[in-house]
Formats: sequence, C-alpha cells, structure tokens
Amino acid sequence: MNFLNEMYLKIPAVSVNESFARGTVAAFCVSANPTLEEINDIKTAVSEAVTNCVVHGYRNKNGDIEIRAVLYDAALEIEIKDRGVGIENTQEAMQPFFTTKPEEERSGMGFTVMQAFMDEVDIVSSPGKGTAVRMKKYFAAGEGAESDA
Amino acid sequence: MQIRIQHGKHTLTIYLQGELDECTAEAARAKIDDATSQPGISGVIFDLSGLTFMDSTGIGVLIGRYKRLKARNIVLCVRNPSSAADRIFKMAGLYEIMPKVK
Repeated sequence: MNFLNEMYLKIPAVSVNESFARGTVAAFCVSANPTLEEINDIKTAVSEAVTNCVVHGYRNKNGDIEIRAVLYDAALEIEIKDRGVGIENTQEAMQPFFTTKPEEERSGMGFTVMQAFMDEVDIVSSPGKGTAVRMKKYFAAGEGAESDA
Repeated sequence: MQIRIQHGKHTLTIYLQGELDECTAEAARAKIDDATSQPGISGVIFDLSGLTFMDSTGIGVLIGRYKRLKARNIVLCVRNPSSAADRIFKMAGLYEIMPKVK
C-alpha cells in the first residue's frame, strides 16, 4: 500500500462542523480515486463520530475535536478524538439501538453505522478523559488497479 | 436542509432536500410535525430524491415521525430515495416500517 497524504484538523465541537468535517475528509480522499459509494460511506461514518463528540463527548459544551487521517492508494485510516466525558462501557455503547438519550429520539445506531460502513472500527475511551474512534476503509480499486498508462 | 410540502386531498408529500444530520434535525422535526399536525390526513409520503446525506441522527428523526404518525393511524411511505438515502435505509431496515412506493 502506498502512502499518498496525511491531514490534521482541529475544530470546535459544534454541530455545523459535522458537515464541514465529513466534507473535508471526503475531499481529502479524492486523490485515492474511491468510488462514490466509498466516499459516501466515509462521510457517513465521519459524521457519526463527530456527532458523538458534539452530543455525547462534550454534551453540547465547548471543546475541540481532533481529526487525523492518513490516505493510502488502497485505504483511509482516520482517528476522530475528543477530550470529553468518555464512555464507561464501550461494548454497551456499540450495541445497536443503545442510547443514553432516548428522550431526544436518538436512534442509537451511530456505532452500528460506523461498523457497517467502515472495514475496521476501534474505540479507545477513558471516562473523564475522552474518546478516540479509529476507523479504516479499504478502497476496492486500490493498489495496482490503475490502468497501464 | 429544505423541506417542501405538497398537499393532496388526504395525503401529504414532504420533499426532504439537502442534508439530514444533527445540525438540521431539530428544524426538520419541527417543520414535519407542524405540517402533519393538521386533521384529515391519512397518508404521508417522504420524497427522498433530494436527500443528499443522512446519518443515524436522521434515522432517529424518521423513526420518531413514524411513531407519531402511526399513533394517529397515518400511513408513512417513502419514494425516490437518493443513493445515499437508500444505503442507510437498507442498512437500518427502515423500509420495513416505511415502505417504498412509486
């Protein structure tokens, strides 16, 4: 797998930045020539992770979200991190339909969507310190799939 | 996100256009609930042709609307899902509670 590019983005945890973050990461991936579906999957997974930082990590209070990504010709590796409240039980948080805020009509599907749309999803969280979500997406065309030009 | 409402005799068609996420959810919820609160409606159709993005917050919004309408015996369907909408609908099994119609 050949290295193409890397990025670091630090943004305030506000909901308007969900759209900014997923759009930025999508643009960052373009040089690897992913399919439209792969780009949409990445946008959705990034949106889930960033929304979690805003809604759960910082509970709509001030804080920063840090996004680090490395782009290869055949994959994207991305980490989305907050320094918010953290998750006591990550296994429980990853269960489909699990939500700490049912009164807000939240689906509890955030981690399920990330797992469905990305190839690898890992969560590292410490209560009181924050949460980092690390994800990887492989591109179907990827390495060696270019024409012989 | 833009929401356009088309009034039929007993049916409302609601066009969801743009991006449905955490940032746009509250306004979308309020607009849809306001439009569907009038009496005499027996069916609601969400037209998703212009829905360019939707994540799990959007799933929550749509399931919430489904529950409210179902409590009033109003049938909810969707039509013309964009590819982005279709992918998340299939993943979340949403077509089982709000079927796709032509």
